[in-house]
Amino acid sequence: MERHPAMNVGVLYSRIRKDEKLLLTALRDRGHEVTKVDVRRTPFSIAEAPAVFDGVDLVLDRCLATSRSLYVTQFVASYGLPVINAPRTAELCADKVKNSLALAGADIPTPATEVAFTKESALEIIERFGYPCVLKPVIGSWGRLMAKIDSRNAAEAILEHKETLGHYEHKVFYIQEFVEKPGRDIRVVATDGEPVAAMARTSDHWLTNAARGASVEPFPVDDEVADLVERASAAVGGGLLGVDLMETGVENGGPTGYTVHEVNHTVEFKALDSVVDVDVPERIVDWLEAKAADAVGVRA
Amino acid sequence: MTDTAACIECGAEVGLDDDTEVGEIVDCGTCGTELEVIAVSPPVLERAPELEEDWGE
Repeated sequence: MERHPAMNVGVLYSRIRKDEKLLLTALRDRGHEVTKVDVRRTPFSIAEAPAVFDGVDLVLDRCLATSRSLYVTQFVASYGLPVINAPRTAELCADKVKNSLALAGADIPTPATEVAFTKESALEIIERFGYPCVLKPVIGSWGRLMAKIDSRNAAEAILEHKETLGHYEHKVFYIQEFVEKPGRDIRVVATDGEPVAAMARTSDHWLTNAARGASVEPFPVDDEVADLVERASAAVGGGLLGVDLMETGVENGGPTGYTVHEVNHTVEFKALDSVVDVDVPERIVDWLEAKAADAVGVRA
Repeated sequence: MTDTAACIECGAEVGLDDDTEVGEIVDCGTCGTELEVIAVSPPVLERAPELEEDWGE
């Protein structure tokens, strides 16, 4: 294996989860220096980089909060530091509308999606999609605030609640067809479109996030999935990503096809790492080393 | 487990692993409060921030 010089990796965080702990350990065991940057305690100036970034070769965004991730990556990029993931990637992944537009624009199969800004228009979309269909918040993760709408009565109630009780972002009604997936979805962690490892997340509930208790098992990445992951990654600018796919059905023991419903930019991987043979944090560090080497080459 | 710190909610001693990082979250085994490690030498715990709407991946 090619040995890379020791690097100083700045890690943007607001909480050290198991995922961050795994990365920090892998980086330090490899002889790299880690500069932890708690974004809650760091002011970011438009004029110059905070002193905490002195000597940092590469910045890794592991912010738990999407809003912080979106802004801090922009600041870091403005300081001339390479940041993973890039601010444009964070922007395209943090917002479901932008994510869907990016996937559709790259001709990647993705669930039919329409957006409305009044509950009347949203209801028209929902009635046209038919029941069930899905209503999602444009910003959100871990399966929160997702609604599977089974009837007009439910649609009316949920739309009214969102319009009345939510802040302005909840008045962006993101409506998606319901995909009859076979009780599971698939998460592929990839680095610049190259699959690191994948898992199937299975649940009796229609939401199959690992964060909501879905059971996980390794998933073998075939050529079709690898191609979708590569293209979905490219559609949002590449980086360290979690590409989520669903099988559109099962026939003769195999999937009838796949649809990519989301790409995540501050991907969690502790559940994945626990079930696959691949050492996920080690593979991520391999990739970070290559990225840092590329960045030095560009700056030289 | 080599160190402990007091839970700010109930005062019980919370055990910390020797590789505990600043920023990690630990649960008080006595009252269940979610605590954030804000210092490790000596260890200091604060109540962890509540879940926000934009948290996740």
